[in-house]
Amino acid sequence: MGIEIRGVSKNFGDFVALQDIDLSIPSGQLTALLGPSGGGKSTLLRIIAGLESSDSGTIEIEGLDATGLPAQKRNVGFVFQHYAAFKHMTVEKNVAFGLEIRKKPKDEVRRRVAELLELVHLEQFSHRLPSQLSGGQRQRMALARALAIEPSVLLLDEPFGALDAKVRKELREWLRRLHDEVHVTTVFVTHDQEEALEVSDNLVVINEGRIEQIGTPDDLYDRPASEFVLSFLGPVTRLGNTLIRPHDIDITRYEHAATATGRITRWTRVGFEIRLEVTPDDVLHPDPVQVIVTRTEATALQLHEGAQVWLRPRAGAETVVS
Amino acid sequence: MTVDSSSLAPGTARRRRARGTGAPLTRSSGIGLGIALTWFSLLVLIPLCLVVIQSVDGGWTTFRETLTNPQTAAALRLTVTQALIVTVINVVMGTLIAWVLVRDEFWGKRLLEVVIDIPFALPTIVAGLVLLSLYGPDSPLGVNVANTERSVFLALLFVTLPFVVRTVQPVLMELDRDVEEAAASLGASRFTTLRRIILPSLAPAITAGAALSFARGISEYGSLVLLSGNLPLKTEVASVRILTYIENGNEAAAASVATILLLVALAAIVLLQVVSKWVARRG
Repeated sequence: MGIEIRGVSKNFGDFVALQDIDLSIPSGQLTALLGPSGGGKSTLLRIIAGLESSDSGTIEIEGLDATGLPAQKRNVGFVFQHYAAFKHMTVEKNVAFGLEIRKKPKDEVRRRVAELLELVHLEQFSHRLPSQLSGGQRQRMALARALAIEPSVLLLDEPFGALDAKVRKELREWLRRLHDEVHVTTVFVTHDQEEALEVSDNLVVINEGRIEQIGTPDDLYDRPASEFVLSFLGPVTRLGNTLIRPHDIDITRYEHAATATGRITRWTRVGFEIRLEVTPDDVLHPDPVQVIVTRTEATALQLHEGAQVWLRPRAGAETVVS
Repeated sequence: MTVDSSSLAPGTARRRRARGTGAPLTRSSGIGLGIALTWFSLLVLIPLCLVVIQSVDGGWTTFRETLTNPQTAAALRLTVTQALIVTVINVVMGTLIAWVLVRDEFWGKRLLEVVIDIPFALPTIVAGLVLLSLYGPDSPLGVNVANTERSVFLALLFVTLPFVVRTVQPVLMELDRDVEEAAASLGASRFTTLRRIILPSLAPAITAGAALSFARGISEYGSLVLLSGNLPLKTEVASVRILTYIENGNEAAAASVATILLLVALAAIVLLQVVSKWVARRG
């Protein structure tokens, strides 16, 4: 159940957007499609919604073959990056649109719209026009509009991409809570790894039209199947002959059995953390190593720019040999 | 006849009311407003008032007599009905052409873009000549509409073609495709999307184009005089009638006809505004 994607391919002219994708998205969960821009994740989402047709392969939504169905008949809720609000309609009318199309009785529509506006905390804005709302409010309206038709799946295409950082963070948490309440199968596309790691139950990493890895956020972060997944889920640096996350490096000013030794050549303070660049003395590995420590650690270790330091992986750190 | 195009822009009236309460003008905006109003008065307001005053200068009798004159009444009726029919056709065809130009890719699209403006750019008398040679007595197509009502209709159709196309086109280009896709995923058919999402967004542009087209229609002279033959009671239009009155030295009568045209144009603009609002709200 959920969404079954089998053998889906899509080309735009010479450009291969998706290449033989097989994927099952479990029912009732929040799945993130994560990947760099142009990697094919949005195309996959649009194919699920029926807004784009695939060149080959089949799509099954909740046990029903949807491959040949037009978007109108798939009963899918879709939320766009740029809200796609019906500008000439009030918030209330926007949310009611899908229900009116389905010719529901008037009082049922009114009741349902009121419920949904309460769910997205927009009840006091019901008579406003979309242009009178902030970006975050508009996106919540779009979400209520998509949920109104009681979709079998909810699809969100970079839903927070057009919002500023603070609102994005709020909405992210809010989406997580909303999903815990509503439990509709949800797929959302993002290129922001932090967003994907924080919100989703399942993560699908897509790159260059192929699936790189599928798993829970912890799985992918701790056991990346490839160099690409490791580097996409957070910053990585090369220490010796392995790739490692900069905060997984043990740094000290006293000589010990170390993978590398060198001088601190760059020092960038960002809030509580300090990003260091250590240039190894080893002529075989001359590339600078990135290290992240907290400010407190740096003070305790008496680190400063130009200091000689010894580096090694911390115990239990995840590395990929390359 | 001129149409104040600013009065056609949707929503200006509402905005003016909302902003215009209390706040004193700064010096620069005061000067700006002063210049704008003086300019507007000199060019539009004062001449229009003069025409109206002139029409009732010789007392209401001239006014009444002019209008009850069968020849003038016929000319006014012909002008207004033909302009109305042409406007309705333009609304449909203009929107359709704009749609094709914006949404479809085809060979010769750039050429069509240029050709659309020709009726607009052509001196009207040249348009008249073109029409005469094509649909006149020596028509190579074998279609002769000279000296009939149809000649008026055809000439108006020709010169007013670009108005709706050119007002709708930019609005259509700005329209998000997302919005249509959102409507589709909510279950709306192509037709419902057109009726409830696209048309309400285009309504202000369509009505603005329709108003321009109608105003041009009731005032047209150059393009139709050659083909229509200006037969009294049959193919004579209001503008030709005005010219005849002036040539006969009856300026008050000419002004009376002009006043009527002015009122008809005003009524049309108001009506179109109402329709536009209604369509936009219905969505």
